[in-house]
Amino acid sequence: MQNHPVYTDNDPQSELSTLNLGPTHPATHGVFQNVLQLDGERIVSGVSTIGYIHRAFEKIAEHRPFYQITPLTDRLNYCSSPINNMGWHMTVEKLLNIQTPKRVDYLRVIVMELARIADHIICNGVLGVDTGAFTGFLYMMEHREAIYEIYEEVCGSRLTTNIGRIGGFERNFNSRAFDKLRAFLKNFPKTLKEFESLFNRNRIFVDRTRDVAAVSAETALSYSWTGPLLRAAGVDYDVRAMNPYSSYEDFDFEVPVGDNGDVYSRFLVRNEEMWQSLRIIEQALAKLDKEPSDIFHADVPEFYLPPKEEVYNNMEALIYHFKIVMGEIPTPTTEVYHSVEGANGELGFYLVNDGGRSPYRLHFRRPSFINYQMYAPMSRGMLLSDAIINMSSLNVIAGELDA
Amino acid sequence: MAKIPNEQLIKAIADKFDTSVTVIGEPYELLTVETGRETIIDLLSFLKTDPELKFIFLTDITGIHYPEQEKPIGIIYHLHSLTTNTRIRIKVFLENTDVHIPTATVLWDGANWMERETYDFFGVIFDGHPDLRRILNVDDMTAFPMRKEFPLEDPNRVDKKDFYFGR
Repeated sequence: MQNHPVYTDNDPQSELSTLNLGPTHPATHGVFQNVLQLDGERIVSGVSTIGYIHRAFEKIAEHRPFYQITPLTDRLNYCSSPINNMGWHMTVEKLLNIQTPKRVDYLRVIVMELARIADHIICNGVLGVDTGAFTGFLYMMEHREAIYEIYEEVCGSRLTTNIGRIGGFERNFNSRAFDKLRAFLKNFPKTLKEFESLFNRNRIFVDRTRDVAAVSAETALSYSWTGPLLRAAGVDYDVRAMNPYSSYEDFDFEVPVGDNGDVYSRFLVRNEEMWQSLRIIEQALAKLDKEPSDIFHADVPEFYLPPKEEVYNNMEALIYHFKIVMGEIPTPTTEVYHSVEGANGELGFYLVNDGGRSPYRLHFRRPSFINYQMYAPMSRGMLLSDAIINMSSLNVIAGELDA
Repeated sequence: MAKIPNEQLIKAIADKFDTSVTVIGEPYELLTVETGRETIIDLLSFLKTDPELKFIFLTDITGIHYPEQEKPIGIIYHLHSLTTNTRIRIKVFLENTDVHIPTATVLWDGANWMERETYDFFGVIFDGHPDLRRILNVDDMTAFPMRKEFPLEDPNRVDKKDFYFGR
């Protein structure tokens, strides 16, 4: 897989046909273009073209104060925005050496695991759709809606959440949020079980996915794969377990691994991760009972935006509000790399700070971007229909791919 | 295995590379070293293949631009040793007039797009790269947009002037 093909064949006598798969093809679920050369239905070579929704987030981030970068991270992997938001906030907290209270960590864990479930619901549901089973997708989507309603109670928005603040959350979780969370924990396992029994031993599904696009652990590591894809290939690398952030070390969960990295293993790994996420959320809820219920942010007035009514009525809050918004609070001149386990893999933030109001340089290590580069080389020799489900199971999100 | 202490890492590198690799800091316990482009592939390959260190995982390659430095263009590698859970950051700085550096695709296939991205945004030319083209920007772009001199917005554009919005 060393030599990457470049499409040059313009020979009219050629037996091969050229197919533009994308940029807007209903089967690609996003803006992905692959120029494929086909011999019948078999792919001879392919070239991926990306960048159709490139929005220059890294450049914009060099001109924005820290708080205004959170909405940019929303738009990376927009299927699980809270993980991106909190990953960014935790990067800034690491830069500023802010210790968050345990309750904040647990609340964050709850929201991040919900986001992971929402992301895996989409990926595995769509994988079902692409293999011809629409039912599972529809059953699962009902629960993604339930997750979005929990986001709404916590932060007011659904898809691009902009959730939380540096140091914690903008407001405490209300009782409806917990009610909806408990209802979700009660209803979702039943559907997930049904979903698994619909697919896991389904002859058509297994025939379509088993041994399709199998990737060895060595190849996956060489291509810097992370997340469910790497774990499906048999490497148990999970940032949550290896470099715990947000108190993940307090939780008891397993890191599922697959055997040969094919589409079927990826599907199973993602399903199992949803079960583990449910386990983590249940443990987090139990731990919350032991924490004081009125703490939802760290005590860092220099960086935590004060509530609006205090800004209007309290001199000190007004000063802090002004200084935070204008970026007038000194920050250390240093560099920091922080990574979280996004739904697709290691989501890294490399922040070089010069003490100014915005980062000197901010680089996002986007798992979709790095995972997707194997797509064209690994498609060679594959059937076109297999390449389609391979793309679904890579779960490449266009926003994260192009940043 | 436990994390390799930074002192041991520094010693292992110094034994092999003497003064051609310099330590520039340990921000947040992440060892950061600097080297030149002559030694970068040797250093990466040593870190990857050394049986004690085993930095087999390339986390990221990216660039940075310090216009006021003598060597303004930086390339930054993040490596991760999965068995010992140790990370290391390596920097190489290049002069503006000679932005060539050997490619890391000989060691990791995954370096391909990371280097293309760095080329696309900083104009760093990775010698020996199999397919060094722009990746996120359009092919006929002439500038390297993450360099500091490139403005965020065209200062001459008029379509965002206030009077168009009745202000």
